[in-house]
Amino acid sequence: MVAAEPQARPLLEVRDLAIRYGDTLALSGVTLEVQKHEIFGIIGPAGSGKTSFLRTLNRMDQFTPSMSVDGEIRFNGRDIRRWRNVYSLRRKIGVVFPLPVGLPLSVYDNVALSPRLGGIKKKADLDVIVERCLRRAALWDEVKDRLDSLGSLLSGGQQQRLTIARALSQGPELLLLDEFSIAVDPVTTMRIEDVLKELRQEITIVLVTNLVQQARRLADRTAFFLTGECVEIAETERMFTREVQDERTRDYVEGRFG
Amino acid sequence: MFEASDLNERNRRVERLWRLLFLVMTVLLIVPVVVILSVLIHKGGPVLSIDFLFTEPVQGMTAGGIFPALVGTVWLVTVALLASVPIGVAAALYLSEYAPDNWLTRAINLAIINLAGVPSIVHALFGVGAFVLFFRFGTSILAASLTLAIMTLPVVIVATRESLQAVPQAFREACWNMGATRWQTIRRVVLPNSISGILTGVILEVSRTAGETAPIMFTGAAFFLPFLPQSVYDQTMAMSLHLFVISTQVPGVPEALPFGVALVLISMVLAMNAISIAFRMHLRSKKKW
Repeated sequence: MVAAEPQARPLLEVRDLAIRYGDTLALSGVTLEVQKHEIFGIIGPAGSGKTSFLRTLNRMDQFTPSMSVDGEIRFNGRDIRRWRNVYSLRRKIGVVFPLPVGLPLSVYDNVALSPRLGGIKKKADLDVIVERCLRRAALWDEVKDRLDSLGSLLSGGQQQRLTIARALSQGPELLLLDEFSIAVDPVTTMRIEDVLKELRQEITIVLVTNLVQQARRLADRTAFFLTGECVEIAETERMFTREVQDERTRDYVEGRFG
Repeated sequence: MFEASDLNERNRRVERLWRLLFLVMTVLLIVPVVVILSVLIHKGGPVLSIDFLFTEPVQGMTAGGIFPALVGTVWLVTVALLASVPIGVAAALYLSEYAPDNWLTRAINLAIINLAGVPSIVHALFGVGAFVLFFRFGTSILAASLTLAIMTLPVVIVATRESLQAVPQAFREACWNMGATRWQTIRRVVLPNSISGILTGVILEVSRTAGETAPIMFTGAAFFLPFLPQSVYDQTMAMSLHLFVISTQVPGVPEALPFGVALVLISMVLAMNAISIAFRMHLRSKKKW
């Protein structure tokens, strides 16, 4: 008898998560799991707690003194607040913010920064990583002749792809994207979406977006957040076929509010 | 159709009035500077010569040059810089990049601002007690420079902190999210983008210590000493004290002499400022974001 293949452990397990800013509750009662190689979408109107949720996943809450987090988050089965070395946790989780952050370094150095921090020094090794990450972020062809020019002088769409290349250079298992297309034109948005679909082969993605259709195009499953509450989690297609559990989800998805 | 109403007209007149007022204030501000400089150049200019700069004072300081005082001031400012910059920059880095925002940090910040307001004569007496007597440095360049350093620390910290905080927070967060430690972030992103501001700010502030008299007159500056200092444990003459002495303490000094000394002193400070400003403009032109 061959034992049945054990169910793969989810990459992320979140239980009873609550987030406060001072005394104000921003998000509460969130319990969800994100499987490996899944694109997990989070939709919801402004102020619903999407970004706060994302910030707790790699312990960015430490950057905001007033922010406090209760509940449990497990990454690869380990409680992220028990990781003694928070830096090694963050290396496994790439982050892309709404507004691109091209560091005031050359294009090359932007992408090589994280490998360098990780101790890679040989130019040849760095060259390989930089080219691979820029290719995967669909930026290589546009910047290969000016790797030495400043990353912060690229156009907005290019900078956002540079940010993605930089996040990939960490060799992350999980990629967090927070409304990445806000400052990006539609054509570039589509190119990045294609990139994300390909990346799913290798990594897991949590995608916060305020574009309902973007979640529909990309996400395998989607969570709907509303005013600090996770209203519903479902296979993305079901959310758009009126098979929703909660009327508020349907109203939001169909654009009746938000 | 597009006629100006009475109200429009009145607004326009009031606008012109305010503009004029601010202009007058600005001109008033410039007047003393222009007067000081022109008097100094007019009265002190004739004394200036290569000999004046590079010979010792003679005949009870009523003639000769200012070489020992010039060298002494360079010593004092240099040693003060060497002491205050590392400490001040490190403290500013801690306060800006590491310290949590709590009552203790706020208290320290408040203390630093208040420290900048302590009168220089109080610093002088502190310097006598601490460096001359307690640490047994005697009256020496070391004691005087450390006194100057303590006095300039608050401004060094404030100038440094401002440069650090001009680096956008988004850069830091992007770097932290790559798993960089605070120090790696400072080293790779924060310092490279603020070092120019830190250096210029610090030079600008510290060059002012060249003119300080009170903090050095009990701690290391000599009334008259026609030798150059050989080490930081020697006493030295200094431009500021020399100016004070020949203006008030020595009879029979020709009228032009103090003006000449003052002109050299002010030129030293202005030259340092000019270098610092040129440096800043050069680096601003290469600003990366």
